Amino acid sequence: MSIFLDRESRVIVQGITGRMAQFHTKEMLDYGTNVVGGVVPGKGGETVFGVPVFDTVKQAVAATGADASLVFVPPPFAADSIMEAADSGIRYCVCITDGIPAQDMIRVKRYMYRYPKDRRMVLTGPNCAGTISPGKALLGIMPGHIYLPGHVGIVGRSGTLGYEAAQQLKDRGIGVSTSVGIGGDPINGSSFRDILEHFEADPDTHVVCMIGEIGGPQEAEAAAYIQNHMTKPVIAYIAGLTAPKGRTMGHAGAIISAFGESASEKVEILTAAGVTVAENPSVIGETVAQVMKKKAA
Amino acid sequence: MDIHEYQAKEILAKFGVTVPHGGLAYSPEQAAYRARELGGDRWIVKAQVHAGGRGKAGGVKLCNSEHEIQDATNEMFGRKLVTHQTGAEGKGIYRVYVENAVDFDREIYLGFVLDRTSQRVMIVASSEGGMEIEEISAQKPESIVRSTVEPAVGLQEFQAREIAFALGIPAALTQQMVRTLNGCYKAFRELDATMVEINPLVITSDNRILALDAKMTFDGNALFRHPHVSELRDKSQEDPREARAADRGLAYIGLTGNIGCIVNGAGLAMATMDTIKLAGGEPANFLDIGGGATPERVAKAFRLVMSDDNVQAILVNIFAGINRCDWVAEGVVQALTANPVDVPVIVRLAGTNVEEGQKILAKSGLPIIRAGSLMEAAERAVTAWQNDQKQNTKMRAI
Repeated sequence: MSIFLDRESRVIVQGITGRMAQFHTKEMLDYGTNVVGGVVPGKGGETVFGVPVFDTVKQAVAATGADASLVFVPPPFAADSIMEAADSGIRYCVCITDGIPAQDMIRVKRYMYRYPKDRRMVLTGPNCAGTISPGKALLGIMPGHIYLPGHVGIVGRSGTLGYEAAQQLKDRGIGVSTSVGIGGDPINGSSFRDILEHFEADPDTHVVCMIGEIGGPQEAEAAAYIQNHMTKPVIAYIAGLTAPKGRTMGHAGAIISAFGESASEKVEILTAAGVTVAENPSVIGETVAQVMKKKAA
Repeated sequence: MDIHEYQAKEILAKFGVTVPHGGLAYSPEQAAYRARELGGDRWIVKAQVHAGGRGKAGGVKLCNSEHEIQDATNEMFGRKLVTHQTGAEGKGIYRVYVENAVDFDREIYLGFVLDRTSQRVMIVASSEGGMEIEEISAQKPESIVRSTVEPAVGLQEFQAREIAFALGIPAALTQQMVRTLNGCYKAFRELDATMVEINPLVITSDNRILALDAKMTFDGNALFRHPHVSELRDKSQEDPREARAADRGLAYIGLTGNIGCIVNGAGLAMATMDTIKLAGGEPANFLDIGGGATPERVAKAFRLVMSDDNVQAILVNIFAGINRCDWVAEGVVQALTANPVDVPVIVRLAGTNVEEGQKILAKSGLPIIRAGSLMEAAERAVTAWQNDQKQNTKMRAI
C-alpha cells in the first residue's frame, strides 16, 4: 500500500495544455501514472499525448472515472480550479502552482469544509513538488527515478530538499512508500500533522522522514501529534538555522514571525517529542538508516 | 510589500478609520508649509521609512514652531534611520509626514494578521498600546485579546463589540471602535493585506478613537489585482540588490558573511546556508534560482552574488532532477567563461548524470573545486575562503 496514490489512481491534469503542464504530463505518463484526462475550459475535445481534454472537471470525472487531480493552473485562477476539483468528486488533489494569494487559499480551505469529512477532497500544496508512490504513480514534478519503492514515508515543505533526502536514501538502497510535498505557502491544503496521520495508518510505511523549515506552527503541531499518537519512528530535518528573523526566505511561508517559528526552536520542540533530528542535510539518509536498523534490532 | 505610514493612513481613512490631519513633505521647507496649512501650534514630524521603532531611533519629533520643524526635518532628510528593524545599514529618509499633535488618555494596540494555525484572519488587540506586540506578549500577555474571523461571513458586530469591551473602551465609544475594527478588516480583505497594525490606537482627551500610527503589508502574490496598491511601492526602502534580483525572478537576501551561495530551491538554499555555518563559515546571502537552474539563471546568479564585495568564495549547490547535471555543469562553465570571477568557486551537483556533470567541470580547465556531499562542499568552501585570505594566489593554481 501507499497513501493517496497508487497504480489504480485515475489522474487528470487541470491546465494540461500549458507548456510546463505538457512536459510533466509526459513525465508522469512515462513513469506509468494512469493519466486519464485533462481539463482546460474551452479546449474540450483536444488531446495531449493521446490524453483527452475536457472543458470541466465534472465532464472529465463522468467520462473517465478520475479520482485524483494535478492543478497546473496560473496563480490568479488556481484557487478556482482547486474548488472545482473539490466539487466534482476528486478525492485527492495536488496543486503545484506557486504564487496563489493567501486569501484565495483561505477561501479554498473554507469552501472545502462544506463537504462532510468522508466526501471531502484531500489537498496537498500549493507551491509543492507533488506526491509520488514509487513504482506505482507520480502526481507532480519530481524526478521519479530518485525514489526506490520501500517503506519510508517522506513529507516535506521544500521540493529540492526533499529530492536531496530521497537521493540519499536511494544511495543507501532505502526505498520510499510515498513522498508528499505539503508546499512552501503559509496557508496550505494539508499540514505535516495531516500527512503523519495517513502514514501512521499505512501498513506499508514503517518510518517517516519529515523535512521542515522556519516559519509557521505546523512542525510544532506535528511534534505534539508524534508524541501523543504515533507508534512509528520519525526522523526530521529543519532548514533555516541561519535565516534572519522577519525575512521571507524564498517560500512565502518561510518567515520567522512568532515564537517557536525559528529552526532552533523547532528542533528543540521535535527533539523533546522523541523525534530523531538530523543535524545537517547531508546526514538525512544516514540518520534514517540508523533509526531503521535500531527498529529492526 | 510594505508601504509608508501616511499611505496606510490614507487607505484606512477611506475604510472609515479616523486618523489625525496630516500632510506629506519632501523637504524641510515643505514640512514647515504643511504645518502652516494644518494650523494649530504643536505638530508631530515623522520620518517615513519602512520600519518600526522610529520613535526610539529619533525618527519622530514633537515640534512647537515652524522653526523647530525646519530644524528637525533638516536633521532627518537624507539621513539613514537605524531602528531595531532596519539592520545596521538603516533606511533612507526621503519623505516626512507632519501631523497635528493630539492629546490622548489611553493607548491601545490593534493588529490584523493571517493566523497560520486557524488559517484565518486574526485580530490581536491589547489595552497596553504604545509598546510593540512582542514586548506586550512578554510583559503583559493577559492584556491580549484575540479573535478569528470566519471567512465566509466576515467580521461580525458582536465580535467587534466583544473586543471593545474586553479592552475596556468606554461604552459611549463602542460604536466608534466597531467602525474602526470593521474598517481595518474590510481594508485587509479587499486589498489582500497580510498585516494591518495600528499602534497606538488612542482615545483622545476629547473622546475620539484615532489611529496615531498605521502599518500595512500586502500579499505580493495578490498585487496583480490591486494596481493602485502596487503603485505605492517605494524602491528607496528596499535593498538595491534584493530589488534587482526580485525584478529578475530570483529570490535573493543579502547577509553579512563571506561565502556566496547559488542554489536551486528555497529549502535547499536554506540548508546550504546552514551547512556553511556548521562548517565554520558565514553565508553571504540566500539565493534561490528556481527549480530549473537554466544556464541563463546560473549566469545571472553569479553576477548578482559577485556584486556583493564581501563575497570571498562561492558555493554552487544544484540538485538536478528533471534536468541533468551535465546540462547544469555546461551552464556553470559557460557562466564562468563569460564572466570570470576572482574568488574560489565550489560546485556540488547531485541528481541525474552526476558523473557526466563532474567530467564537464573537470575538463573545463576552470579553477572549480568539486564536492560530493553538501557537507563536503561547505567544508571546502570554508577552507578555500580561509586559504584565499592567507595566500591570495594559492587557489588559482589548483
